[in-house]
Amino acid sequence: MLIDHLRQARQAFRRIWALIRKETYQVLRDPSSVAIGMVMPAVLVLLFGYGLSLDVSNVPVAVVFEDPSPDAHELAAGFELSAYFKPVFTTSMPLAEQLMRARRVDGIIRIRSDFSRHLKAGSADVQVIVLGTQANNARIIEAYAQGALGQYAARQAAEGRSPAPGMVKLRTRLWFNEANDSHYFLVPGLIVLIMTLIGAFLTAMVMAREWERGTIEALFVTPVRAGEILLGKMVPYFVLGLAGLFLCVVAAKLLFAVPLRGSLWVLTGVSILYLLVTLGIGLSVSSVTKSQFVASQIALLLSFMPAMMLSGFLFDLRSMPLAIQLISFLLPARYYVSLLQTEFLAGDVWSVILPNAAVLAVMATALLLLTRMATRKRLA
Amino acid sequence: MFDALYRVLALARKELLAMFKDPRSRFSLIIPPILQCLIYGYAATFDLSTVPYAVLDQSRTAASRALLAKLDGSGVFDRVADLTRATDVKDFIDQQRVVLVLQIGQDFERRLSSGQSADVQVIADGRNSNTAATATGYVSAVVSAFNAAWLSAHGRRGAPLSTTIRSWYNPNLETRWFMVPSLIGTLTLLQTLMLTAMSVAREREEGTFDQLLVTPIRPAEIMAGKALPSMLVGTTQATSVLLVAQLWFGIPFAGSFLTLYAGLSLFLLAAVGLGLLVSSVVATMQQAMLFAFVLVMPFALLSGLTTPVENMPATLQYFTVINPLRYAINITHRVYLEGAGFAQLLPELWPLALIGVSTLSAAAFLFRHRLS
Repeated sequence: MLIDHLRQARQAFRRIWALIRKETYQVLRDPSSVAIGMVMPAVLVLLFGYGLSLDVSNVPVAVVFEDPSPDAHELAAGFELSAYFKPVFTTSMPLAEQLMRARRVDGIIRIRSDFSRHLKAGSADVQVIVLGTQANNARIIEAYAQGALGQYAARQAAEGRSPAPGMVKLRTRLWFNEANDSHYFLVPGLIVLIMTLIGAFLTAMVMAREWERGTIEALFVTPVRAGEILLGKMVPYFVLGLAGLFLCVVAAKLLFAVPLRGSLWVLTGVSILYLLVTLGIGLSVSSVTKSQFVASQIALLLSFMPAMMLSGFLFDLRSMPLAIQLISFLLPARYYVSLLQTEFLAGDVWSVILPNAAVLAVMATALLLLTRMATRKRLA
Repeated sequence: MFDALYRVLALARKELLAMFKDPRSRFSLIIPPILQCLIYGYAATFDLSTVPYAVLDQSRTAASRALLAKLDGSGVFDRVADLTRATDVKDFIDQQRVVLVLQIGQDFERRLSSGQSADVQVIADGRNSNTAATATGYVSAVVSAFNAAWLSAHGRRGAPLSTTIRSWYNPNLETRWFMVPSLIGTLTLLQTLMLTAMSVAREREEGTFDQLLVTPIRPAEIMAGKALPSMLVGTTQATSVLLVAQLWFGIPFAGSFLTLYAGLSLFLLAAVGLGLLVSSVVATMQQAMLFAFVLVMPFALLSGLTTPVENMPATLQYFTVINPLRYAINITHRVYLEGAGFAQLLPELWPLALIGVSTLSAAAFLFRHRLS
């Protein structure tokens, strides 16, 4: 009895192993799989590490002097010294506007002719015009310009030229990322993209291809069971996904000096869950559609863009309209991003980890069951 | 000459029929761009509409309540809890229940009334440092307003320097005005490139490519026949995104449609050229899709869609010179928001034309030389 079971198990294992080997050869032999599975993660690590930045520096701005007074010059000096700006000085507003229309400058600081007189009277106004086309950039420029002007006002106050009133002063502390290092913020996004690519994108076509080419029928006449076919398809991509994860963790630690404050085991555990979900997405899309073109389009729609836009890595989910938030709850990426951000930066906060990991586990189970049901030994 | 045109059109017609015959493929060509434009139009915003926060008010005075009332009245800040112990701060932040905690010290009102500066501590969840920075920016705007009101209420003169800020082309600096026009290029690039690459790859995979070759159709005509339908689909998709931007989101269109479509045609030509280039080096549909994606992903990241090109290191900026999406996004922004004309767009237009011509000729070369 027991021996029979053991023999069956051994045979099943041999069948699965043979499929895994076949699938692995296929992945390794196909340059496009290698490109997505190995080259792409490395390219993404470099792009995220060195390419993307929301920080602004050396913004070209035009400073328009309509007032030649020393006060105005002192104010302008603040822009020249700032690392954020690269000022161009002019005395003519139309010229500055022309520069901005030609996109030679991203902002105009206008010091009107009555600036000095008004300043002495106690309230002067400086006009700041920003190029709004790149809204986010414009906002940052606006904030920096206000900062530079604020410093000038503070200097004036310190020199006793104007009264120092009692005011509320903000002291800001950014927990988990005290130095506001953008790598801290990019690494979770990087990992979620790579895992999604390998899990959902690479596998989206593997089952559809077997159906389209009719080779699935050839597999069906062998003793291999449907579940074993799926397992054989999953394992190589699973290994590739884990390799991608460790590449990112090593890059995060060594290249970008991002701390891993939680434990590596928890990180690996939740990443395995996410990888199973994405493999489930890829394989179920592939098995249900049975068409390579449609599978590729759906995988694209479900995996890459949502991982970037609806995961909370780049844009704040709480600020989205309710309908969009509901959609984001259906997508696994938001849970994984929350887990990654917490694991890397905050530590093992179980009240965050457990609910998010539970959702991922449920999703993985449901998707893999769906795939299993769509892959019956039955001819279409 | 007319025979060639006829053959190209016949092939293009066959391509279009093949694309739109299958209801699922028809669906996947029309609905996703509109759906994505709607979703990302709402989702992709750096502006915050709800900031949950908690407060640890150790002062509990009229002044601190006035400050908090200003915060709560802003419509953005949502007070989740009034904390009593400093140890609660950690729990609320750790569990992501709030974006930030405001801590007001005991001597807040006393210092304020005696003309000293009173500190308010803001502790923000830096796991998403971008959101945290925006939220603290909002707090500091509220605090400035509070300061101004406090000073004038106590007969003090305001700050000696004020700024008036105006913004061209996007008066409220809404991220959506930036994002939705960017999607015109982004969404069409991916599908146009993939559609072209996969349609050739499918013929190869199914063996019908060889059959095409024994017909009187020449390789260049096959390319044209594959390129035209993709460009048509791309134009339709771009138009649908454009319609969503104007009719649904109501983002005002400043330029001329002629200029925009001229730019988009060159962009689609470049996209189709890249698609044909991909298709000339791949053997299967899976390879076509994956290689198309390997191209599109860096293009999307380095296009200025998520982070501005000017903020990138110089070496990467050089790479963006061959990125058609970068030009497309620039062109759509400049025409859509700024109302730029042809003359201003020349620096963006000729690189696109160059990319289109060079990819198409490279693809033609590879097509011929793979055959032998």
